[in-house]
Amino acid sequence: MSNPDGDWASKRYWRTNLRYLVILLTLWAGVSFGCGILFVDLLDQIPLGGFKLGFWFAQQGAMVVFVVLIVVYVRLMNRLDDRFSAERGAAK
Amino acid sequence: MSIQSWTYLLVGLSFTLYIGVAYWARASSTGEFYIAGRGVSPLANGLATAADWMSAASFISMAGIIAFMGRDGSIYLMGWTGGYVLLALLLAPYLRKFGQFTVPDFVGARYYSNVARLVAVLCAIFVSFTYVAGQMRGVGIVFSRFLEVDINTGVVIGMAIVLVYAVLGGMKGITYTQVAQYCVLIFAYMVPAIFISMMMTGNPVPQLGFGSQLAAEPGIYLLDKLDGLSTALGFNAYTAGSKSTLDVLFITAALMVGTAGLPHVIVRFFTVPNVADARRSAGYALFFIVLLYTTAPAVAAFARANLLTTLPDSRYADAPAWVKTWEETSLIRFEDKNSDGRIQYTADTATNELTIDRDIMVLANPEIASLPNWVVALVAAGGLAAALSTAAGLLLVISTAVSHDLLKRVVMPAISEREELLYARLAATGAVILAGYFGINPPGFVAQVVAFAFGLAAASFFPVLVLGIFSRSATREGAIAGMISGLGLTTGYIVYFKFMNPAANLAEHWWFGISPEGIGTLGMLLNFAVMLLVSRFTPPPPSEVVALVEHIRLP
Repeated sequence: MSNPDGDWASKRYWRTNLRYLVILLTLWAGVSFGCGILFVDLLDQIPLGGFKLGFWFAQQGAMVVFVVLIVVYVRLMNRLDDRFSAERGAAK
Repeated sequence: MSIQSWTYLLVGLSFTLYIGVAYWARASSTGEFYIAGRGVSPLANGLATAADWMSAASFISMAGIIAFMGRDGSIYLMGWTGGYVLLALLLAPYLRKFGQFTVPDFVGARYYSNVARLVAVLCAIFVSFTYVAGQMRGVGIVFSRFLEVDINTGVVIGMAIVLVYAVLGGMKGITYTQVAQYCVLIFAYMVPAIFISMMMTGNPVPQLGFGSQLAAEPGIYLLDKLDGLSTALGFNAYTAGSKSTLDVLFITAALMVGTAGLPHVIVRFFTVPNVADARRSAGYALFFIVLLYTTAPAVAAFARANLLTTLPDSRYADAPAWVKTWEETSLIRFEDKNSDGRIQYTADTATNELTIDRDIMVLANPEIASLPNWVVALVAAGGLAAALSTAAGLLLVISTAVSHDLLKRVVMPAISEREELLYARLAATGAVILAGYFGINPPGFVAQVVAFAFGLAAASFFPVLVLGIFSRSATREGAIAGMISGLGLTTGYIVYFKFMNPAANLAEHWWFGISPEGIGTLGMLLNFAVMLLVSRFTPPPPSEVVALVEHIRLP
């Protein structure tokens, strides 16, 4: 908090992090609570191979998407970390 | 070679491996004992977390539960995996940055209060004990079924093994044995699953075979066949749910949030070298878990379809050999009510003649698919790996809670590191013995309290940890009031419906149709609300706490 430039970089880092979280957690809730539970009967009208789509989300798809979400998060944050340390290095 | 010789061989080999690994990775300092000296690679930690997480219940019982629940089984599938997203995004990186030994450490420092720390310690110990008793029982059951020893002898053998590597190795020893245990358990799970998928659908990938056409009846999809068979016998269609949507939502959420709040899972992310590795290893962990968790519902559907095609209305005398084998263990029971010599299997309890224990779906799979004896033995070794790895992780949390959170931080802060390490080992020994006692004399309520463990973790830890990171203004008073109200509501609701008045445990008596399994979600919401409200009207946290929050938010 004492260093105004470093503080600015920190604030931006945190705000970007929060934006990522909101987007990823919306998707997280969307595939599990949305596709797998709330809209499951609706999606079951759509066939996916031998699966009904809603059933597939509930027993397979949501879990696969969870893994993808963490992978995306790891990549985004690694990039953000690099940018942050570059900015903070420049401010010092 | 007979099944039994194969089982002795494979179980003996795997136990030798665990002990060997633990000896190689034994701990020599408190840092190594509690958090493996922070030197675990993200991949190894991911494997260890997956083994730690997947218990005897995941390995042996889950597929069977799903086979009998149909679509509603998704509460466990999504509930026990979705929490890792919360953990990876909301907790693991920040708690790793905080950089101490335990979850109560964080609660105590962030909320500048030993009361908050003590509440956290008690929750951690209670949740872990609930769990570990079940694991020890699981070890005993696997031993008794496959090696034909007494359940209690099995529990004692399991205790001795865990004692050696948890007490000797601490977190470091446990971590590397868990890596070995994951390899054993996933191999043991996948081999029969692949064979049975090939047998039923011709597709070697169970996740795809699940949605494929039947090998015996081309043109008919497995799941459609299963729906038809189920409804013909009076059961619900397999791909349709029978629980209310709101209840499914609340149970799933409680399991997810509870998963993210379980201390033995969180503490695994303290063992990696830095914040980026904490995030990465959460990804590895979930991948390794999902490998088994996407296979389980496929195994469930295969086993259920197989059961419903072979058994109902067949003559008991012609039943396949595995029916007789498992009847001896009373996991299958046949009672010829109308004495026609045929097996009636229906949803109607008055005419149903066949009782099937859900565990059979995994345990009997190799025999149903006529696989060689070594595969049957492999399943035994896998079940033991699942139970032991989870038990060890939990015992470590208990011993750390006693030696570090209670003794070092509160009762006698003057002790040296050597003494603390000694106390940690003593506490681990005590915990193993107590867990073994509960394994041999299981309290009748073990099954009921599993839901409790998740509800408790959801309603106590999760909100306190999340707000501790994402709110600068959450106060000590807010945290304590939040934890107490969340715990109070969850405990009260579960105790009322499970213990005081089990007869009233019906949907029409539940609040908004929420079952005791799902009440943790409401407890969590209450905890959040109370915490935010009380924090507004109490003095703000001191500046060093605000600085701590700023500190853990940055990489």
